[in-house]
Amino acid sequence: MDILYFAWVRERIGVPREQIDTAAATVADLVAELRAREERYDIAFSDLSSLRVAVDQELVDFDAPLAGVREVAFFPPMTGG
Amino acid sequence: MHISVQQEAFDLGAVSADFAGGHKDMGAIVTFTGVVRDLPDDPLEAMEIEHYPGMTEKALRGMAEQAMARFSLGDALVIHRYGRLVPGEMIMMVATAARHRKDAFQAAEFLMDYLKSRAPFWKREITKTGAGWVESKDEDEDALARW
Repeated sequence: MDILYFAWVRERIGVPREQIDTAAATVADLVAELRAREERYDIAFSDLSSLRVAVDQELVDFDAPLAGVREVAFFPPMTGG
Repeated sequence: MHISVQQEAFDLGAVSADFAGGHKDMGAIVTFTGVVRDLPDDPLEAMEIEHYPGMTEKALRGMAEQAMARFSLGDALVIHRYGRLVPGEMIMMVATAARHRKDAFQAAEFLMDYLKSRAPFWKREITKTGAGWVESKDEDEDALARW
C-alpha cells in the first residue's frame, strides 16, 4: 500500500511517500501501527483532530476500511483558494 | 467545464473573455480571482502552495460537477496554481456561466467555499522572520454548512 504525506505531516515524517505492507483493517488501525513504529510517526499522528485522510484520493473518516485500497494519504486541513 | 491545476501564471483577461464568449444562451458570467495578499506586520516574501496531484484534479472536477447540477450552470471553470508565488500574483480563479446572475454568483461562492477546505492544497508563508504553514480557519469549515 502506498502511504503519502503532505505539508507539515510530510515534514514531520521526513518522506513524501512510502510503501508498506500492512494488514490493518481500517485507517485508525494503520495509524496505530505507524505510531508504534517510530517516534516521528507517533509525534505526527498525536492529534488526529488536526489531520485529514484520503483513501484512494477520496476524503474519508479515520474509521474507513482499507480492504482493496491502494493509496492512503495523510495531511493537515486543506487551505486552498 | 474546464479544470486546470498549474504552476504557470494565467491571463485573467484572456481566460475570462474566452469563457464569456462561448455561451450565447447564458446571460450571466461571474468570475472570481484570488490574489496572494501581503501580510501587514511581517512582509511576505513568498507563498508556496503544495497539492496532491491526482486527487486535486479529481476534487475540483467533483466540485464543478456539483455546481453545474445544483445551479443549472451552462459552464464552469476552475484554475488553481501551485508552487512559489509572490504578493500580488493571482493564485486561482473560478468562472461560472448561468442564464441568470443569481445562479452564477451563488455557484461561484459555492465553488470558493468548497475549494477552501475540500481541495487538497496547502499554503506555506515565507516571511523575513521565518516560514510557516497557513492554518485552516473554522469559518471556512463553517461556510460549507450553508450549502
